[in-house]
Amino acid sequence: MFQIRVHGRGGQGVVTAAEMLSVAAFGEGKYALAFPSFGSERMGAPVMAFCRISGQPIRSREPVVTPDALIIQDPTLLHQADLFRGLAPHGFVLINSTREFVDLGLQDLLDKLPAEHAFTVPAAEIARKHVGKPLPNAALLGAFAAATQQLRLESVLDAIRGRFSGRVGEANVEAAKEAYAHILLCQREAVHAEAN
Amino acid sequence: MLRQIEGSRAVAETVAKCRPGVICAYPITPQTHIVEGLSEMQRRGELGQCEFINVESEFAALSVAIGSSAAGARTYTATSSQGLLFMAEAVYNAAGLGLPIVMTIGNRAIGAPINIWNDHSDSMALRDAGWIQLFAADNQEAADLHIQAYRLAEELSCPVMVCMDGFILTHAVERVDVPTQQQVDAYLPPYEPRQILDPAEPVSMGAMVGPEAFTEVKYLQHDKMLRALELIPQLAVEFFQRFGRDSGGLLRPYRSQDAATVVVALGSVNGTIQEVVDEMREQGHSIGALGICSYRPLPADALRRALKNAQRVVVVEKDLALGAGGIVGADMQSVLYGLGTRVHTVIAGLGGRTITRKSLRSLFEKAQQGDLPDLTFLDLARDLVDRQIERELQCRRSGPTAENILKDLGVTTGRIH
Repeated sequence: MFQIRVHGRGGQGVVTAAEMLSVAAFGEGKYALAFPSFGSERMGAPVMAFCRISGQPIRSREPVVTPDALIIQDPTLLHQADLFRGLAPHGFVLINSTREFVDLGLQDLLDKLPAEHAFTVPAAEIARKHVGKPLPNAALLGAFAAATQQLRLESVLDAIRGRFSGRVGEANVEAAKEAYAHILLCQREAVHAEAN
Repeated sequence: MLRQIEGSRAVAETVAKCRPGVICAYPITPQTHIVEGLSEMQRRGELGQCEFINVESEFAALSVAIGSSAAGARTYTATSSQGLLFMAEAVYNAAGLGLPIVMTIGNRAIGAPINIWNDHSDSMALRDAGWIQLFAADNQEAADLHIQAYRLAEELSCPVMVCMDGFILTHAVERVDVPTQQQVDAYLPPYEPRQILDPAEPVSMGAMVGPEAFTEVKYLQHDKMLRALELIPQLAVEFFQRFGRDSGGLLRPYRSQDAATVVVALGSVNGTIQEVVDEMREQGHSIGALGICSYRPLPADALRRALKNAQRVVVVEKDLALGAGGIVGADMQSVLYGLGTRVHTVIAGLGGRTITRKSLRSLFEKAQQGDLPDLTFLDLARDLVDRQIERELQCRRSGPTAENILKDLGVTTGRIH
């Protein structure tokens, strides 16, 4: 079982992100359960959504309390005390930001996790370039595929196309691809840095 | 076809394949996506002769449903929470008239305080109104139960509520095998009404019945519900033969046959309970679970048989009979009377309070050790309660309870999580 928690704000496609993750997993023949943290949906209010992926049918309906991966769509949520709560020691963190972990005041978190388990992704910028709006969800899903290796990029792209048709879909696909490439680049740089 | 799909969408598409003649509904969270989905399909002409009637309230929705069902149309509606209470009078009327309406309940709490989250207070409030109540454990079953519900409703001429946990199921995206039109058609024949308003052969429905026959009419309603106890398992078997999967039936036993402790619950929490049962079984605990699918009619004999080896029963229920305690717990006490089984009632998940595996685990361990009281409120914040009680003792004008508690918690409005 691989468990993901997505944090963001109302209007950023947090629930859609979790749904697309589950559709991508389904496309690979896995079982997946995606659900929102139910509440009054308001633009700008903090929102969470969850996704579980497994080779077996998923029965538990409790919210994800010990995530294997955290996707943070809005860096203005980083001050929330419980944002990283329950994160598995081997967990992954993806944050939509143009800044590095140290600049976000998260060096401690970076040090606690295994190498190459935490990345910042300029997802809003990537989305603005391709989609014309700073909606970071599709890009972060591309980054998720690259960072965690839990899903193939193709499955994620298919899920995005399934959710958004036509030009919007293709624009989001491009955003996901660019974020995927961004993570691969970060990983290569990390390997070189270690070699040096 | 297997799809990764939102629960509401799966239900909407399945209801569409039941070929309803009239759909009338008034949107209320968390049922909204179901009727929105159906209205879109109807507008696109995908529902054939089906008429979608916009109404001004839930009371009107079920009143229209009563009319259309009496006129011989297969009729569908859906609601939640206050919406169900607002239609309460019509709920009794539909049952009293014996009209086979199928209604989805996206289960949700009842205010005040205002709360849009899941529990079972809404359908529990109308459990004795003469509707069959079937509870879905997951979205596959939620979809499948609608097909079975129409068979059941129409064979008996009795309305059926399909209850699915609001948000937890309605808004969850998971794998559902959405049946094909051919499959549904083979299982569900066209509606042949037992009574119909037909200008060619006029009848009246809804006669006033005095003391001379009221008991008999009501007895027949009760008797019809009891006949459903035979029909529900038959329909589930036939469903299995046609669709190749287990859905519906009266009860859902899980590792309960030889278990000293059996946990009884309705709806989607059964999945989480089964996870905990597996965990505890691995460590040698003698524990199992029993899901109730048919809550009304209450399968008393089947329950007694399923629980006859249990030393104790822990009922986890998402409702509260204020001033009394558990509702399902009281049913279990009565069903198990004379067997010497201890029945513990646990009030859990009210107004969307998360039911965690951790809390269930410690609850069940307590039960195993004989330390669980008759009535428990799962994860109740005792300090918050005590503070308010103290405030009321100290001060005459202690103010509104809900606002006081929120102030103590440091929040100005209900929190999302």
